[in-house]
Amino acid sequence: MTIIAYDESKGARVALAGRAVVGDGWAMFGRHLQRLRRAPGLFILTQSMPVTMLLFFGYVFGSAVALAGGADYRAYLVPGLLVATAANGIMAGMFQAAADNHRGVMDRFRTLPMSRAAVPIGQAASEVAQAAIGLVPLAAVGYAVGWRIEGGFGPAVGAFGLLLLFRLATAWVGIWLGLAAKSEEAAGQLGGATFMLPMLSGAYIPTAGMTGWLRTVAEWNPISAVSAACRELFGNETAVTAGAAWPVAHPVVASVGWSLLLMAVCVPLAVRRYDKSTK
Amino acid sequence: MTTTYAVHSEGLEKRFGEVHALRGLDLAVPEGTICALLGPNGAGKSTAVRLLTTLITPDGGTARVAGHDVAKDPAAVRRVIGVTGQDASVDGDLSGRENLRLFARLQRLRGAEGRARADELLAEFGLVDAADRPVRTYSGGMRRRLDLAASLLIRPRVLFLDEPTTGLDPASRNRIWEAVRRLADRGTTVLLTTQYLEEADRLAGHVVLIDDGRASVTGTPAELKARIGRYAEAVVAEDAALPAAAMVLGQLAGAEAVLDPARRAAGAVTTDPTLTLPRIVRELDAAGIPVVDATLRPPTLDEVFLRLTAPKELVA
Ligand SMILES: Nc1ncnc2c1ncn2[C@@H]1O[C@H](COP(=O)(O)OP(=O)(O)OP(=O)(O)O)[C@@H](O)[C@H]1O
Ligand SMILES: [Mg+2]
Repeated sequence: MTIIAYDESKGARVALAGRAVVGDGWAMFGRHLQRLRRAPGLFILTQSMPVTMLLFFGYVFGSAVALAGGADYRAYLVPGLLVATAANGIMAGMFQAAADNHRGVMDRFRTLPMSRAAVPIGQAASEVAQAAIGLVPLAAVGYAVGWRIEGGFGPAVGAFGLLLLFRLATAWVGIWLGLAAKSEEAAGQLGGATFMLPMLSGAYIPTAGMTGWLRTVAEWNPISAVSAACRELFGNETAVTAGAAWPVAHPVVASVGWSLLLMAVCVPLAVRRYDKSTK
Repeated sequence: MTTTYAVHSEGLEKRFGEVHALRGLDLAVPEGTICALLGPNGAGKSTAVRLLTTLITPDGGTARVAGHDVAKDPAAVRRVIGVTGQDASVDGDLSGRENLRLFARLQRLRGAEGRARADELLAEFGLVDAADRPVRTYSGGMRRRLDLAASLLIRPRVLFLDEPTTGLDPASRNRIWEAVRRLADRGTTVLLTTQYLEEADRLAGHVVLIDDGRASVTGTPAELKARIGRYAEAVVAEDAALPAAAMVLGQLAGAEAVLDPARRAAGAVTTDPTLTLPRIVRELDAAGIPVVDATLRPPTLDEVFLRLTAPKELVA
């Protein structure tokens, strides 16, 4: 990285700005990892939650949910929980962004000649890295309770990629909402409520069994599409029936689409919000 | 002839809801000088610094830093300034060393260069032993020193320091003053705010008294002191001697004396440069007043404000 020169040509400016986004975003990513190393408590807690939920839902509710064709509920649940965990990006992003935004160090970042997008980008990158680590224990416990990758290596890699892409998208939603929140408490309350989102989707139970309007809402919930896509790519039972809404019927395309759409909306909003806050 | 100003503001205004924090602040700080903004709590010092460092945008008026308009081209301003605000602006969960290295990277110092510069500053500000502890375990003064070090990683063209030495012990204060002077010697313009007349006196070539969101008085410290004068005070052994002491002091100072019965003290502001402490003691003694303590010193900021600003209710 060289000193930003006073080069007036537009192309040079864009190139420098691009380099600044990458370099500064990388530096901010490093900051988050350092913070994580110092205070891993919350990270460990958020990682152990989905595993607990897998055991709880799997064994407590498992006997009550009957899948068509007698498929195993716990094997059905694992991909759904992986997606629900990825959707936690909203909550984690909100908590982090709201807390960070009120830290004194933000004043220094705002007076440094760094890229305006670097702070949210660094946070989003750290969310994805944490999510990638978090996939491991959940998948491992899932394997222990009977879930298997049945669709081959390539599609499985695709499923994990999709999970991380979705986590990236939800992290941006959370970062925007967290920056827009009036206070840390407000962000905490709203973020906590996002816990409900996977329940209104096909993550834990098939949408086919839901009543009319609820089914429509659930199937247009991006979490349903991503859950169906992961089940399809892992080669698991999708429990998608005829008459399902388009995103659930075409889950892989829809999942990528939902993720890109969320980012197209929330990335600019979050960056602008960061730039404008405290003004 | 046109002088180039490193900081130049005209009619700068800022409102926070009902509060009119700045009501038309005019500043003109020549390149390479140190300027002190002096003012009581709530005068608008921090608001001025936050406006000039692009953290907030003005509601009226204009401001330029190194020729760049703070509202229209904040990115250009950020490239030439260093800032230490009034509140801690370092990351409490990182260590001191990690903080400095991060800020070095964000200011485009190359890896090895940034690390070396961070170590240099940790040594200079007496933070080597604590360098690898999280900053949240630092004492207030240590955090303050780290905050100041963070704004000195590269030599900025214009350095803003909001109450840099508040809460620091005398040794740390001297270290900061030295660092600021060294920077100014090498051409950096410094704008600092302070509550201490002494600090302004020791560092600044130019002092701006801010009161109620406006620059009320400006000048060199010497000019200011000449206008303010000195404060002559005597403490007596018994209450009964207080009125007599006040009378003698008042005559010597050429101004009305004020009484502080709780401390058994009487004092008066004098603008007479020839008045000396021995003379005060002699005259009091000659009048048979049991003096136990006497001083002749620059007035405190409170006294400065009482004298130089329009009389009004003092909001502490
Ligand atoms: N974000 C804000 N919201 C509302 N009022 C504010 C805000 N920031 C400053 N003010 C008000 O503006 C006025 C000037 O505040 P400022 O912080 O600039 O004073 P100051 O001179 O720095 O005081 P101090 O010596 O206490 O640091 C005060 O009345 C303060 O209450
Ligand atoms: Mg202040």
